[in-house]
Amino acid sequence: MTAAGPTEVSYEDQLKAAFKDQSKDDILRDYLAMLRIRRFEEAAARAYTRGKISGFLHLYIGQEAIAVATQQAIQPQDRVVSAYRTHGFALALGSDPKACAAELFGKAAGLVGGIGGSMHFFDKAHQLWGGYAIIGNHIPVAAGHAFASKYTGDGAVTLVFMGDGAVGIGPVHEGMTLAGIWKLPIVFVVENNQYSMGTPLSRTLPVEDITSRAAGYGFKSDRFHVTSVAETRDRIGAAVKRAREDNQPTLLELITYRFRGHSMSDPAKYRQKEEVETWRMQDPLERTLRALQLLHGFDEAALEQLDGEVIAEVDAAYEFADKAPPPLPEARFANILVGE
Amino acid sequence: MAILQIRQAIRDAMKEEMLRDERVFLMGEEVGHYNGAYKASEGLLEQFGPKRVIDTPIVETGFSGVGIGAAMCGLRPIIEFMTFNFSAVAFDQIMNNAAKIRHMTNGQFGVPIVFRGPNAAAHMLGSTHSQAFEPYYAHIPGLKVIAVATPYDAKGLLKSAIRDDNPVIFLESELMYSVKGEVPDEEYTIPIGKADIKREGKHVTVVTWGQGVPVSLKTAELAAKEGIEVEVIDLRTLRPMDIETVITSVKKTNRAVVLFHDWPYGGVGCEVIAQIQELAFDHLDAPVLRECYEDVPFPYADNLEQLVLPTPEKGLAAVKKVLYRG
Repeated sequence: MTAAGPTEVSYEDQLKAAFKDQSKDDILRDYLAMLRIRRFEEAAARAYTRGKISGFLHLYIGQEAIAVATQQAIQPQDRVVSAYRTHGFALALGSDPKACAAELFGKAAGLVGGIGGSMHFFDKAHQLWGGYAIIGNHIPVAAGHAFASKYTGDGAVTLVFMGDGAVGIGPVHEGMTLAGIWKLPIVFVVENNQYSMGTPLSRTLPVEDITSRAAGYGFKSDRFHVTSVAETRDRIGAAVKRAREDNQPTLLELITYRFRGHSMSDPAKYRQKEEVETWRMQDPLERTLRALQLLHGFDEAALEQLDGEVIAEVDAAYEFADKAPPPLPEARFANILVGE
Repeated sequence: MAILQIRQAIRDAMKEEMLRDERVFLMGEEVGHYNGAYKASEGLLEQFGPKRVIDTPIVETGFSGVGIGAAMCGLRPIIEFMTFNFSAVAFDQIMNNAAKIRHMTNGQFGVPIVFRGPNAAAHMLGSTHSQAFEPYYAHIPGLKVIAVATPYDAKGLLKSAIRDDNPVIFLESELMYSVKGEVPDEEYTIPIGKADIKREGKHVTVVTWGQGVPVSLKTAELAAKEGIEVEVIDLRTLRPMDIETVITSVKKTNRAVVLFHDWPYGGVGCEVIAQIQELAFDHLDAPVLRECYEDVPFPYADNLEQLVLPTPEKGLAAVKKVLYRG
């Protein structure tokens, strides 16, 4: 920011106001959960540059608060279905960072045995039901999970995430239509990170407010800037409650920002430095860090100590992945058909 | 033994499996209140109620995906396409989700689901409603593909498909729903992946499936009048294919024609021929021929459509050609 003192003061005052009702422990918990994802993603970027990771790698840097808030908003029977920017969800939901890193490296110890890679993370034991890399085709599938919940009465809510770039494609419309007709226990979440790959919203959306579509499906809706875990958790939680208690689907639009390109092959030259800096001031991780400093007196040494612990866990995960063996040759024949 | 139409055999298979397993449900356009566009689900809504016989709007991608998502949760959906021509708009769901989920999740999830409905040409429906989909689906590892031609096979194989833990494509025919045949009164299933010799013969093997079966049987009747004994093998399952039965027959007859309701280029017929030449090359006394649709989009006009279709007469000509007669 180029503005002088008063802007800085008001930013701090605003931060203090936003975090004053949260306990130190909660702010610290959220900070560490987000930091863990960010450090994991930064390490992924480095490993990609070194040639340890191939294929497409989509980083969650800037959007971490959404995954952390989601984990706090759900119950153990619920399901989280995501697209291909999924590492953050896996880590937030409790997947082993070693298994996540090993999947990126194409190793047998990976989350899905090295078969799926970055775009196809699934971890049923930790409520992560994908991992889908064909834009929008997971929306009807997630509606099917919610259909099964209604059919069996298992009490689970399905939360399905998509990017702003997904909302134009057909399966999204069809899945939402069926969820609306059948009153399924589901929450549709658009993570609006401003760009459909390299194309800004103004050129991909007929109207700016994605939640204006909710009326057409008979959904409730909510739309907000993601600036903290706590607020995001509460607003996702309200939608989860509606789904669980009233079989009422909700369309959420979470306005966020990814600080990296679409994938590792995208240098993101389509945006200006000033734009990125403006969003940095709203980065939930940065804000939470500042809240710890301003409200709870964390000094540089304390923060570095915390960071060092997170980095050590992440480094250990990547070291494990690097040393882990690849899948056995016969693994390529596994799980194509069952009962053969 | 009861005499049933194929549509009744299909309905009975679904009814019996729904009685046997509460996880089985039927979903699709007009399957409930309308009793099925071709009455293959007649009476099921009345018997099982709207929880298990579910009418959908016209959203093939949507309800195919819902079926896949429900199957991943342990249910066993039967998804009806009013015609497989409409499965084209759900192709991504079948190819990228149904066929891939078990593999892509390293076995964490399975997709026990049946996609069923009529396939290939009916009568004067024009190019978009007259297509055979077995080459698209049989091409994909992770799917099983079945095509039936008799009430007995339809019931026994559909029951096996519903009980199978894998995604199964089950191909029927608009023109054959009224075909009648004997169906046992007692419980039975037919294993997936087993061909059936519909007629024995020693001179030429005709390999066929689906709507090709009645054409092939009539071909065999015409041939018999000329002293040619044709063996008709109904593959019944196109993936996995019972090539052993085909090869055993070819080693006996030394000649083969593949007769089917689909285009010639790059389809299941080509796969049958590739495997015959690979496994029985030294036993062949003539090149293996295809008798199938002409390689054109379907015209509406009756006279043009008849020219495109395989017929017993064309089948006979192919049989005689591999015998170097006529």
